[in-house]
Amino acid sequence: MPKLLIKNGRILDPVNGRDEVGDVLIRGGLVVRVGGDQHATGAVAFDATGLVVAPGFIDMHTHLREPGFEHAETIESGSKAAAAGGFTTVCAMPNTRPVNDDATVTRYILERASRSAIVNVLPIGAITEDSAGEKLAAIGSMRQAGCVAISDDGHPVMNSRVMRRAMEFARAFDIPVIDHCEDLNLSAGGDMHEGELAAKLGLRGIPSASEDVMVARDILLAELTGARFHVAHISSKRSLEMVRQAKDRGLKVTCEAMPHHFGLDESDIVPYDSNYKMKPPIRSAMDREALVEALASGVVDAIATDHAPHPGSEKMQEFEQCPFGIIGLETALAVALEALVHTGKLPLAKLVQLFSAGPARILGLDRGHLSPGAPGDVTIFDPDLDWTYDVSRSFSKSANSPWHGHRFRGGPVATVVAGKIVWQRSGERSAGD
Amino acid sequence: MRGLLGIETLERAEIEAVLARAKDFQPAPHESFPRLDAARGRMVVNLFFEASTRTRTSFEIAAKRLGADAISISASTSSVSKGESLVDTLNTLVAMRPDAIIMRHKASGAPHFLARYLPGTPIINAGDGTHEHPTQALLDARTILDHRPSLEGLKVAIIGDIAHSRVARSNVYLLSKFGASIVLCGPASLVPKELASIAPGVSITYDIREAIKGADVAMMLRVQFERLHEPAFPAGEYFSFYGLRLEHLDLMKPDAIVMHPGPINRGREIASDVADSQRSVILNQVENGVAVRMAVLERILCQNC
Repeated sequence: MPKLLIKNGRILDPVNGRDEVGDVLIRGGLVVRVGGDQHATGAVAFDATGLVVAPGFIDMHTHLREPGFEHAETIESGSKAAAAGGFTTVCAMPNTRPVNDDATVTRYILERASRSAIVNVLPIGAITEDSAGEKLAAIGSMRQAGCVAISDDGHPVMNSRVMRRAMEFARAFDIPVIDHCEDLNLSAGGDMHEGELAAKLGLRGIPSASEDVMVARDILLAELTGARFHVAHISSKRSLEMVRQAKDRGLKVTCEAMPHHFGLDESDIVPYDSNYKMKPPIRSAMDREALVEALASGVVDAIATDHAPHPGSEKMQEFEQCPFGIIGLETALAVALEALVHTGKLPLAKLVQLFSAGPARILGLDRGHLSPGAPGDVTIFDPDLDWTYDVSRSFSKSANSPWHGHRFRGGPVATVVAGKIVWQRSGERSAGD
Repeated sequence: MRGLLGIETLERAEIEAVLARAKDFQPAPHESFPRLDAARGRMVVNLFFEASTRTRTSFEIAAKRLGADAISISASTSSVSKGESLVDTLNTLVAMRPDAIIMRHKASGAPHFLARYLPGTPIINAGDGTHEHPTQALLDARTILDHRPSLEGLKVAIIGDIAHSRVARSNVYLLSKFGASIVLCGPASLVPKELASIAPGVSITYDIREAIKGADVAMMLRVQFERLHEPAFPAGEYFSFYGLRLEHLDLMKPDAIVMHPGPINRGREIASDVADSQRSVILNQVENGVAVRMAVLERILCQNC
């Protein structure tokens, strides 16, 4: 059986409370032994001296665009971008063509992934047929086929009764319901956060209230149904307050935060540059501060990317006409280190937890830790790596990133999936070298 | 001057120079505009993606009076109607080497977006979405200065659909730079509260009487129903609460003026007898449109003349 021995790294495994320098041995795709000075004959050795060795990162919010939009991204290209970002597992949102709303599409995605993906791909099924918000999708059979959650991401279920039924049904299958919380009537026509900058630039605003009213509704429905409810890409201060209160009441409510929401605020926006256009929009400094605080205090359960590839031709338009979304797999860890760890807001172990055990727990996956017998997925990174993001060299088929040309401190160095090194950085040097 | 995208980023001195030069271009009473050949051999392209009568015509006249060649293209007759993207359309035009492109577009920021990708060609913003309309603010300032010695300390009420008005934004930036106090007024749903903080000296009221009390200038704006996605005020109540009527004029300074960038909707935002009154300078605005645009084009086209 193939063996990989990761030597002399700083093993950071929050689930097992481990933070020590040592070796990790992976055999047959599974973690075998963790810690200490190990020797294994016939093993491939990886020298991780000076690097952090963490449980494989999980992005629970990725758009791989296949099937249907292969000009923007494929399962193969997206999985390579994921690996280059230190992710060993990505969850594919269902807004493909066709929408992943029945087991046939789920199986197709898994089949394509088994042939072309270099990281684990876990599909997320739709809540409603064609994500149209009317009839419930084949939630049970999608779950059996391998979906780990349901969501109509990007097309929030506006009808509260339909959402209630979805939560009731999902509860029986112990599958989380993820909602892109946006009241589409309140946000209609909006292009950026409703605030001074939008008023100045003559762009229609997306008020925080459009997010907040749906978070409030869904929390109430989660209470009514007992379902596991997860807020996708939470961005506003009020929504965070409501999630905190829901948790205090003991509800099964979780949420995820995106690097562009805690790494940027309105003042960073380049006017009319579509690389700053996404939903929810980049919000105010007040919201950003609240998000950073919520990440530190545990109100936020996971960091995810909302990696949303759009080809240049679609993003090279009048701002109002550009689609929403930016790519984010390759920059997520670096942005998080910069905004959260190097600013002293979060300890490194907490950051690792938010990228690994956090999402695993929400999705009920036995991943995100380095215990013997666990999947041999490891993210190796250098918290001080000096590198500059060049989006033209991205593995993604799209280049819509606000961080092109940004010089980062810290980033991924190697990605291990089931004991195999699927990506390794070349070229850049660590600041410590 | 390297193109003109908006008033927000324009230096005060630059504005003063344009306004002073525009005065030279104003025709004497009962005379036609002077004809010059300062910009002979230069070519400007008028690229209008949105309907316009006065702006397009006055840019065209201004260019011709300076001796430049002016070509006008409207979106419906160009490749835009065949699905060509904005960038491709502009690249095609730029390949024909115009000396400036005058552009109107329904999307806010469209000229700014193009200026980033086509840094070689000066772009003059003739109105972008609900963002800015810089030459309108310049001609409005020229018109006010024809009736007042300076802009400093004036009270200017801008009344109507502020939310969707590029004229309002450009005027706010310009008047604020010169120390005027600006009162924005209209139905609350059409006056975003955030606009009070985009420049110094701006305040907001929802009461037209308060807005025009002691004002030197009332700028009336039409409601842009084409941009309203939903009813923003009770149907039929607009004129009663936000239309400028004769009795309002008594609340203003005795020699106050009434302005309107056009097109006018008589009986909606302005009573017909007000539009036609002695106080109205609406036609002077149109006249100044040519003079101000000549001054702007001269500065952009004739740097090496």
